[in-house]
Amino acid sequence: MSQSILVDTTKCIGCGSCVAACKETNGLPPSNNLIDLNLSADTLNVVQTHGSILVRRFCMHCQEPTCASVCPVGALRKTVAGPVVYDAGKCMGCRYCMMACPFGVPRYEWKAALPKVKKCTMCAPRQARGQQPACTEACPVQASIFGERNDLLSQAEKRLREEPSKYFQHIYGKEEVGGTSVLYLSAVPFEQLGLPANLPRDPLPLLTFRALSKIPNLVTLGGLLLGGIWWITNRREEVARAENKESDH
Amino acid sequence: MNFSKLPKLTFWRTVLVLILAAGFYSTVLRFVKGLGAATNLSDQFPWGIWIGFDVLCGVGLAAGGFTLAAIVYVFHIERFHAVLRPSILTAFLGYALVAVALLFDLGKPYNIWHPLVMWNPHSVMFEVAWCVMLYLTVLALEFSPAVLERFHLHTPLRVVKAATIPLVIAGVLLSTLHQSSLGSLFLIVPTKLHPYWYSPLLPVFFFVSAVGVGMAMVIFESNLSSRALGREIEMPLLEVLGRAMAVVLAIYGLLKFQDLWGRGALSHLREPSTETLLFLLEITLGLLVPLPMLLFRKVREDRDGLFGVSVLVITGFLLNRLNVSITGLEGSSGVHYFPRWTEVAVTLSIVGVGFLLFSLAVRYLNVMEPSTGHGIRDMGYGTRDTGLATRP
Repeated sequence: MSQSILVDTTKCIGCGSCVAACKETNGLPPSNNLIDLNLSADTLNVVQTHGSILVRRFCMHCQEPTCASVCPVGALRKTVAGPVVYDAGKCMGCRYCMMACPFGVPRYEWKAALPKVKKCTMCAPRQARGQQPACTEACPVQASIFGERNDLLSQAEKRLREEPSKYFQHIYGKEEVGGTSVLYLSAVPFEQLGLPANLPRDPLPLLTFRALSKIPNLVTLGGLLLGGIWWITNRREEVARAENKESDH
Repeated sequence: MNFSKLPKLTFWRTVLVLILAAGFYSTVLRFVKGLGAATNLSDQFPWGIWIGFDVLCGVGLAAGGFTLAAIVYVFHIERFHAVLRPSILTAFLGYALVAVALLFDLGKPYNIWHPLVMWNPHSVMFEVAWCVMLYLTVLALEFSPAVLERFHLHTPLRVVKAATIPLVIAGVLLSTLHQSSLGSLFLIVPTKLHPYWYSPLLPVFFFVSAVGVGMAMVIFESNLSSRALGREIEMPLLEVLGRAMAVVLAIYGLLKFQDLWGRGALSHLREPSTETLLFLLEITLGLLVPLPMLLFRKVREDRDGLFGVSVLVITGFLLNRLNVSITGLEGSSGVHYFPRWTEVAVTLSIVGVGFLLFSLAVRYLNVMEPSTGHGIRDMGYGTRDTGLATRP
C-alpha cells in the first residue's frame, strides 16, 4: 500500500509551485527565487536546472530506507502508508542518517539550540487526512503525480512503451537501493540529472546487516575460546595453590 | 611533594592552560550558539574531527587496555602485569573522554541516554553505543582496585577482584565488538567512501589496527611515564610487545593489500590526488617504515628506537582513521572540510585533560607497580608491603 510520487522531468516547466507549496505547508520561510535553491533545513523540496532540464529533488522515501536502519534510536521509520517520517523527540543529533543517505537528502538545523534533522515527509499529516502531498496538488502540469506505487509504476511503464523516443528507457527508483517511493522518468540518462548513478540494487542496510549478524556467534564462540584459554593456561595457578596447601600442613 | 621535576612540567602546564582557555571559549560558543557557529560542519559534511579524531582515534588509542588484560589474565602471561594497570587507566580515560567528545558533537547531547531505552538493533551505531557504555563500566570496575585500595575499602575490593576473569573476558569481547563496529559504521557508504578505504573488511581492518596501536600506545605511555616519574622502564616487556606489534602489522598489511588488489583499488595509485597522497602517507608511516624496523633487535631493544617506531605506528593509525572518516568522504561530498580552530581547541582540550587526569591518577593512586615487581596474581597490588607507603 505504499503511496508514492512519480516525477516526469519531461513535463516540468520550472514554475516552482511545488517548492512554494512545500514551504507553505511546512511553515518554512519563503524565498523570492524558487528555482535552483539547495536542500536545507528551510527547503525540503527543490527544483534544479541541469542543462535545459528541470529536476525536482526531495526525499526518495525509500522502501528500505538507509536512514531508518542506521538511526541508533529509531527516530526515522518507514510507515505502512509510504512516507519515511522523523520523530524529533527521539533524535540525539548524531547525524548518522545524513552520512548514510545515498541521495544526500537529510539536512540539519545547524543554528538551532534544539536542532532537528529536516527532510520532506511526503506530507504524511495531509495524507492521514485523506489529502495528497502539497507538491503534487500544486503542480499545474501534472509533472508530479501522487498514487499507489504499483499504479504509478504501471503508468510509468506505459509512458515508456508508448513514447519510447521521448524517454530514457528506465524508471529511476524502481529498483535502486531496494526501490524507492519516489520514481523518476527522464529524457536523458539519470546521472545527467544529478541523481546518483552507481547505486546498488540491494538496499544498503544489507551491508551492515551482514556484519551485525555475525555478532551473536562472535560473542558466544569468543567467550568460549577465551574462557577455554584461561582454563587451559590456569595450570600454574592450580599448581601454586596445591603447593600452598601442602606447605600449610 | 617533590618539586625537582616541575621545571619541565611548567612549559607543558602553560601549554595546557592556553589550550584549556581556548577550549573553554569554544565550549561556550558551541553550547550557546550551536554547532553551526562552533564548527565547519555542513549538510554535505556532517561529521568532522570530533567524530573522526575524538571518537574514532580516541577509542582506538585506548585499545591497549583490552589487549593487555587478555595477555595477562586469559593467556596467563603474567610478566606483563607491570604495564597492565596504566593501560587500563589509559583505556578508561580514553573512553570517558570519547563520551565527553560526544557531548560536544551530538546535536542534542542531553538525549545521549536514549539508546538505553530506544532500541534499533539494525543500527551499527546502536551497537557501538551499547558496547561503549558496557565497556566503560567494565573498565571502571577493572580500574577500581586502584581507588578502593587508596581508600581502604576492602570488602568491595575483594568482590571486584573475584570478578576479574569474567570482567576481562567481557572486556575483550566488548572491545572486539565496538572496535570493529566503528569500522562497520562506514559499510553503509559504498558509493561515498573512496576505494582506498571502503571495503567489506572495514570491521576487520579496524579491529586489527586497534590491537596494533594498543601495543604502540603501551610502549608510548611507558616511555612518557618513566621519563616523567624518573622510573626505570620495563624494556624486556616492551621488546616483546614490539615483536607482537610487528606480527599484527604484518597481518594488517597482508589483509589490506589483498583487499585492495582484489577490488582493483590499487589502480587509483596512478591518480595524483589528495587521496593518493594521504593514503601513501598512512601506509608508509603506519606500516612500511615501522614493520621492517621492528624486525631488527637493535631497534626493539633500544628504548628510543622502539619509542620512535611506536610514534610512527600511532601516527599511521591516526591518519587511517582520519582518512576513513574525512579524507575518503570529501571527494563525493562536493565540499572541502577543514576543522575550525574551535573544533581543534575542543579536541586538544580533551586530550590535555586526559594527560592531566592520567598524571594525577599516577601520582595519587596505586597505578604503577614498584620496580621490585612482586609476582602478584590479581588486579590489586594487594598488600601493604609493596613499598608504596613511601611514595609522595
